[in-house]
Amino acid sequence: MVGITSYGAYIPLYRMPRIEIAKAWGIASQGKGERSVANFDEDSLTMAVGSAIDCLRGIDRSKVDGFYFATTTSPYAEKMVSTIGATALDLGRDTRTLDFTNSLRAGTGALIAAVDAVKAGSLKNILVTGSDTRMAKTQGDMEQTFGDGAAALVVGSTDVAAEIVDSVSISNEMIDVWRPSSEPYVQAWEDRFCFDVGYSKLIPEAASVLLKKHKLGPKDFARVVISGPNVRRQQGMGSALGLAPEQFKDSVLPLVGNTGTALPLMMLVEALEDAKAGDNILVLSYSNGCDAILLKVTENIEKIKNRSGIKGQLASKKDLPSYQKYLNFRGLVPKAPAARPDRNPAAAVAMWRHAKDHLALYGSKCTACGTQQYPPQRVCVKCHTKDQRERVRLSDKKLSIFTYTQDNLADCIDPPAVVGVIEFEGGGRAAFDMTDRDPSEVKVGMNVEFTFRKLYFNRGIHNYFWKIRPVR
Amino acid sequence: MVGSIKDRVAIVGMGCTKFGERWDASAEDLIVEAAYEAYEDAGIDPKDINAAWVGTLWGLTGMSASKPLKLNYIPITRVENGCATGSEAIRNAAYSIAAGINDIVLAIGFEKLKDQGYSGLDLPFTASGGGLMDDAAGIAPTTTAPAMFAVMATKYFERYGLSPEEGKRMLARISYKSHKNGALNPKAHFQREITIEQAMNAPMISWPLGLFDCCGVSDGAAAAILVRADKAKDFRKDPMYLKALQISIGGENRLRDDYDYTHIEEIYQSGIAAYKEAGVTKPREEIGMAEVHDCFSITEAVFMEDLQFSPRGKVREDIESGFFDLDGGLPVQPDGGLKCFGHPIGASGIRMLYEMYTQLQGRAGKRQIKNPKLGLTSNLGGEPPGCCISTFLVGGKLG
Repeated sequence: MVGITSYGAYIPLYRMPRIEIAKAWGIASQGKGERSVANFDEDSLTMAVGSAIDCLRGIDRSKVDGFYFATTTSPYAEKMVSTIGATALDLGRDTRTLDFTNSLRAGTGALIAAVDAVKAGSLKNILVTGSDTRMAKTQGDMEQTFGDGAAALVVGSTDVAAEIVDSVSISNEMIDVWRPSSEPYVQAWEDRFCFDVGYSKLIPEAASVLLKKHKLGPKDFARVVISGPNVRRQQGMGSALGLAPEQFKDSVLPLVGNTGTALPLMMLVEALEDAKAGDNILVLSYSNGCDAILLKVTENIEKIKNRSGIKGQLASKKDLPSYQKYLNFRGLVPKAPAARPDRNPAAAVAMWRHAKDHLALYGSKCTACGTQQYPPQRVCVKCHTKDQRERVRLSDKKLSIFTYTQDNLADCIDPPAVVGVIEFEGGGRAAFDMTDRDPSEVKVGMNVEFTFRKLYFNRGIHNYFWKIRPVR
Repeated sequence: MVGSIKDRVAIVGMGCTKFGERWDASAEDLIVEAAYEAYEDAGIDPKDINAAWVGTLWGLTGMSASKPLKLNYIPITRVENGCATGSEAIRNAAYSIAAGINDIVLAIGFEKLKDQGYSGLDLPFTASGGGLMDDAAGIAPTTTAPAMFAVMATKYFERYGLSPEEGKRMLARISYKSHKNGALNPKAHFQREITIEQAMNAPMISWPLGLFDCCGVSDGAAAAILVRADKAKDFRKDPMYLKALQISIGGENRLRDDYDYTHIEEIYQSGIAAYKEAGVTKPREEIGMAEVHDCFSITEAVFMEDLQFSPRGKVREDIESGFFDLDGGLPVQPDGGLKCFGHPIGASGIRMLYEMYTQLQGRAGKRQIKNPKLGLTSNLGGEPPGCCISTFLVGGKLG
């Protein structure tokens, strides 16, 4: 049996009610609810890593032999990004890494490809992530309906919690929603064309092929995941498929937004959170055609319900203080530079030299005296023996703030720049940037945790590292 | 064996430019200004100089000094120890004399910071945030100079139970005192008194440090002529004798989880070594004046405890009682300190000695300390924890 053995999700901390965007421009609101807003230091890769960390709770990372990263908003047009994620997640060098891009179906496509690879016996446990931070021009519908988020699933053949029974994919060429590689903003053709010719035809077609093959009807499903651009279209499709509202219920579109490639996977994660053994789940993922995936939930589902998941991530949130913050985070308006020296560009050589230590956040532990230290030291900070050390992954350690400052002078997109000197569980001290924080809440002694973020972008290079944040 | 510098080397001439925003002066102008004041003060001709040490954070070889001063074909070395660079020029110059190699040596430090186009300090070296030695990968946290020291203030308040208001008031009292002294110093960058309330309510820079908790970013240069102590009286009747030259450099406290962030071990260690070298047993009583590295108000507070002027956790009492005021028991920053005299990096360590020299000779005018006895300078490079501290003792008499 091949299927999903674990799931996880990531939703940025910040949310913005759609009505606030409408108010900011004096335009109509695209429905109730809110959208998530990635912080300025988040992108599709960092969110994918966030969802993977949730997904890998209690899982031996050395058993993961594949990492698939699906997005339409890859930080690089040319350069593998899954290698960055796999390194950050401390997966082995023999991990098969693959980037699935350019399509909102890339997430379900990666999932189907993972199932095929495990069925074929070439890989055993593949971590599949879907993540997007799609950009919309201001004042259009998409600015309000889009959201940022990520989901992660492990596909394997032992302790399967939801068997992936079968899938069907239909390809359909049309230009309905697209983004040229030279431009940052998503475009769409006239709404009626997109839906009457595309969405409303392709989803039922794929669903009916799969259902007919397995002799199933709409009533046989505990949940049907339907991707869609907004709540109205998703609900309309649910009704059109002859489903009852509780069968296509969903929190992602109303409370997070259309998260693109991540959307069907995030909706599936929410469905799995609600699922019980024996449930059938149907996933319908739309974009230039449709992927239809049939899942059957097993009793193992109960063993993986300790994830943060969609429900946990939805509950852990802060209102974005203002619409201007969103414009600032996404770089949609020119910002006066801080009167500070330019930050030196990262040297690719040094990034390579320290890739494992930096991206997976390793410290060292002296094998002579047992002292844990960060960053890894050749001469022990305590007993001064040389090269007697083993590496220790620190990205998942418990942390607390020993002291901190909040700096208004530093060049920071969201000042003040909060820097915390933290103590690692097990020993060691270091200073890290703090993100997703309310400055008034920062205190000596507070518990924090690591989150994988983008430090900056300079000379075409995205520099990723770990920051600290209040425990979510 | 570790030798002592006590009474082996003297300073017989000094020069110091006005510090501040010297828009019209180049680095070359500042160097010439300080050096020629020192030559004149010592009564020497530039060709009498055997060797020189030049301190600057930015520079290329000893030519930083030889080019503007035309000190041709003599040994000149450029030194750098972060913000303690000026002291390092002095230390090397003094040791070359003590070694019997040179008779007359120039030590000069300078910095031209105000061409950079922004306030605050650019760092030419890797700011070793997070303890990273190799930060070419660019992952150090977003730190600025005030942020590096503000973490100490946060911890000091927390450890000793000071409310933010109490802590800010203590720090404000430090800056209030330095501004009062700076107002009496015609060479200081800032010559204006402030109130404690002004300091407490100033714009926040790096919590809890506000604008008046931060020192000036200045242009300036300072120079000294060093000679053998036994020859000093050939140059002038009132030379200043070096009593101790200590430097302590740490690094591992940054990585250790037993470091408290409320003291700087290198200050403490350099103080102990300097007191031993000079035979000082009761620093609070025996030292008559001090110029310490008050890059930020909290740094001065920590210096007072680490130099054993005040007991640990108790500096607030001495600050608020005026013990460190010009008319107090142990005047600190009589010239206004980094806070008001300003901080042209490479010059600061020598500028501190310039004030000791001026005070010991009784030439400090309105800020003259009655009986300055022994003077102490302590110059900091780097960021806590993991600093380079140069602590010097000087006096006007042999023995």
